Amino acid sequence: MDSVKHLRFDVAVVGAGPAGIAAALAASDSGKSVVLIDDNPAAGGQIWRGAHNAPRHSAASIWFERLNKSAVQIVRGARVFHAAKGELAAESDDSAIQITYGKLILATGARELFLPFPGWTLPNVMGAGGLQALLKSGLDIAGKRIVVAGTGPLLLAVAAYARKCGAQVIGICEQTTRPRMARFGLKMLLVPGKAAETLRFAYDLRGIPHWTDCWPVAAFGNRRLESVRISRQGQTSEIECDYLACGFHLIPNIELPRMCGCRLRENFVDVNEYQQTSVAGTYCAGEPTGIGGLELALVEGEIAGYAATNWEDRAKHLFAKRARYQKIIRILKDAFPLRPELKNLARPDTLVCRCEDVPHESLREHGSWRAAKLHARCGMGPCQGRVCAPAAEFLFGWEIDSARPPLYPVRCSSLAAIPSHSAPRNQLEVPDEVERRNARNHHKFRSKRKS
Amino acid sequence: MSESVSVRVNGKPVTVRAGATVAVAVLASGATCRASVSGQPRSPLCGMGTCFECRVAINGEPQRCSCQVLCEADMEIEANG
Repeated sequence: MDSVKHLRFDVAVVGAGPAGIAAALAASDSGKSVVLIDDNPAAGGQIWRGAHNAPRHSAASIWFERLNKSAVQIVRGARVFHAAKGELAAESDDSAIQITYGKLILATGARELFLPFPGWTLPNVMGAGGLQALLKSGLDIAGKRIVVAGTGPLLLAVAAYARKCGAQVIGICEQTTRPRMARFGLKMLLVPGKAAETLRFAYDLRGIPHWTDCWPVAAFGNRRLESVRISRQGQTSEIECDYLACGFHLIPNIELPRMCGCRLRENFVDVNEYQQTSVAGTYCAGEPTGIGGLELALVEGEIAGYAATNWEDRAKHLFAKRARYQKIIRILKDAFPLRPELKNLARPDTLVCRCEDVPHESLREHGSWRAAKLHARCGMGPCQGRVCAPAAEFLFGWEIDSARPPLYPVRCSSLAAIPSHSAPRNQLEVPDEVERRNARNHHKFRSKRKS
Repeated sequence: MSESVSVRVNGKPVTVRAGATVAVAVLASGATCRASVSGQPRSPLCGMGTCFECRVAINGEPQRCSCQVLCEADMEIEANG
């Protein structure tokens, strides 16, 4: 039988990546009680996944050491699935957790953008960050042939990491153009502290082909990946490989901020100079406010932590440092815009929604994300559209505008544990417009179900 | 603490390094994680608990995201890909 835990903290931080760790530590500096909650088995987020065991990673180990010595209470392996005024509801392996807080800091990080192409659902076709996460989690790929594809600096990091793990990296397929890639390299050399990292990647990747204007058009295999067809500067060729690590840069995890009522701007959380969102007492740090990488996430987290505990002076001291790293957001945006050809990779029968197996041809006819959900079940599976909604946004130009509770599939007992005063009553009510549409389409629904 | 941990994937013994996730054990066993609603084999995509492609049954409990669960000795993992 599941238990229900009730926790009360001055500051609740959601997401234990670099931004969340920095925020929690800064907030606890003032002696406030702080909880740091994360859905993974260990703190660190994606970039520091597994780094708590690797003291050689200097930056990470210093932060982990500070975290371990601090009074911050860490709740691992718990997904926050609901937020109402002053309260979070989460679910862990064996319990439902209610957290009452004074201030909230959202450090929910980012995920990869995946774009559908024929064969992208085959086992061993993974995200670029996805492969790296599995490597950090213990996957052995020594001797395996790997193609890294998509866009963004993560491809370089993943290729370097996979090579270090003993893989044979056949090539990196980068969809952006060579001039953009070159400008990106030069600009990163000028960002303080980034020159060494940029040069190290260049060294680590020596000998690995880096193809620009290049992207995967199809993956092939019988029950698992055997080869990938790539388009490279207009020519297609096929490469035999064991893994395809493919991701099209990062998108922010804005589902929880959206549920909290935080105003968004161009799909990122809008914050003021103290990292405060449009909701008083709710702060946001790291990738959800702009994809800018580790250093920016850390400094934003610190600012949020200090601001949330009324230590504005300390927060202010960090503004200049933040401004230096904020430049990276623009550099990344300029370097890796998605090319329109990527919209044409999916064939009519290529699945877009992997949870409900909804093909591209069932989506085209619909005019909106909501209609696609209602009629085709796109985005209605366990991932709740986290994979297909951003893809559909890119493919069809649909606006994704809702985040409904529960934010993740949860046990009934966890739902029942939400106190009635914070139950998502209003949000669960069907909006009039949808109700009308449902009534209109009722007959259509029924006939579809029968068939 | 031992350096490795042994689990069973569809009854087959698999040894992975201590701290490895269940997803890693499934991949190491050669199995695929789940069958999709139309019967296609699927395995991890995101590796971070977002995509739900790596769902397996762990000690009889179905629909667990295997990339977010660490292997424990003698775990019984059922991967139905």
